Amino acid sequence: MQSLGDAFSMLGALDHDVMAIAWLSLRVSLSAVLLGSLVAIPLGALLAIVTFPGRPLVVAVVNAFMGLPPVLVGLIVYLLLSRSGPLGALGLLFSPGAMIVAQTVLAIPLLAALTRQIVEDAHRELDEQLRSLRLDVWQRIRVLVFHLRFSLVVAVLAAFGRAISEVGAVLVVGGNIDGYTRTMTTAISLETQKGDLPLAIALGILLIAIVLVVNGTASAMRAYTMRLYP
Amino acid sequence: MTAGLQIVLRGLCFRPNGRTVLAGLDATITSPGITAIIGPNGAGKSVTLRMIDGLLQPDSGTVRFGPRPPESIRRSFVFQRPGLIRASVARNIALALLPLRLPRAEAERRVATALARVGLADRADDSAQKLSGGEQQRLALARVWVTDPELLLLDEPTASLDPGATEAIECLVHSMAKAGTKIVLVSHNIGQVARLARDVLVLCQGRVVEHGATGQILTMPRTPEARAFLKAEMPWQCFAAAS
Repeated sequence: MQSLGDAFSMLGALDHDVMAIAWLSLRVSLSAVLLGSLVAIPLGALLAIVTFPGRPLVVAVVNAFMGLPPVLVGLIVYLLLSRSGPLGALGLLFSPGAMIVAQTVLAIPLLAALTRQIVEDAHRELDEQLRSLRLDVWQRIRVLVFHLRFSLVVAVLAAFGRAISEVGAVLVVGGNIDGYTRTMTTAISLETQKGDLPLAIALGILLIAIVLVVNGTASAMRAYTMRLYP
Repeated sequence: MTAGLQIVLRGLCFRPNGRTVLAGLDATITSPGITAIIGPNGAGKSVTLRMIDGLLQPDSGTVRFGPRPPESIRRSFVFQRPGLIRASVARNIALALLPLRLPRAEAERRVATALARVGLADRADDSAQKLSGGEQQRLALARVWVTDPELLLLDEPTASLDPGATEAIECLVHSMAKAGTKIVLVSHNIGQVARLARDVLVLCQGRVVEHGATGQILTMPRTPEARAFLKAEMPWQCFAAAS
């Protein structure tokens, strides 16, 4: 109980360390979800509307990759960004940039798989209409993504939830460096091991609050715009 | 503009999953105005329309437009369900202009003109989903009108509309035909066919069993298949035997 009280005191006092860690987590995860969305939503939509030999296999692989273990993604990104790796020259390892790359890799399969499913259902209804308007593949993707924007918000929120709550990938590629790459999840893990429970609890409460605020804001915006375009 | 637009269908066969939908369909449509395709369910009317548009490819046979290559014909299609996206009325119309890559001002001008033509100018910024069924189908017509098609294909455009909305759609279709657009209409509404069409194709089991002027087909069908279909549609009608 003492720890819980101390945790609320830290939050109430807007403890500088807590806020810096929260801001870094938010920045990394939002950047990863934004980058992931730019790549995965068009890719998922493309997978939904084109047919090619082996498509069921590709769909199965993308679906399976939704469950990629974060620590494995961290390892792969580590190998890519390490000094002797193919992207070592970028000098990103143990920086927030590396953490963004790792979380983007985590978010892409989830976003692509959910987008593929959402778009495929709508595509059955609108395919003939869009083809009769002589829209090319990318124009059809643009129109379908716009048409389904409210449903796709849910996919983006799921990706954000996965990114902000994972610990393995950012730990491996970020190194949990105090004041530089320490996120809420890596800090919670470390502080719990050290026995500094008030800080761990404060960060945990803040993490839940951030997830609730982001989801609540997105849901409210979705509900408002859906009222305009039901 | 569309004088001389020929639609020549030769030996169209279509057998999805082994089920025969079109069985060597032949037709030549040369008349201006509105041509109707009628026939019982499963006769292949909608499939024929989709092949004329290019949405479906036949297993064998050809769709030609006289000497002109198919891609040079500005074709548009209106379906039974209008297929609208979650966006404003104006944005739904602007979709049809995407392939033309027009400057924004020109696209907006065309959208405004199309909306005025179908009587939806004051609904431009409303959600398309909030329109009534009749208004949605008028929006679908505006969306094809905006591209100034030479050939318009209509697949039962008033099937789920009340008489008032049906009349509004028929007026618009009639005015498009008068403006020079060649229209091919699939309809189960024989009254609508009588009101709109200049000539009629009767399809049965994937073939054209009769093609002629509307008045002749609807009052004196020559073939037993056409007679049987029209008798089922208009049981009160006595058909004179064709000479």
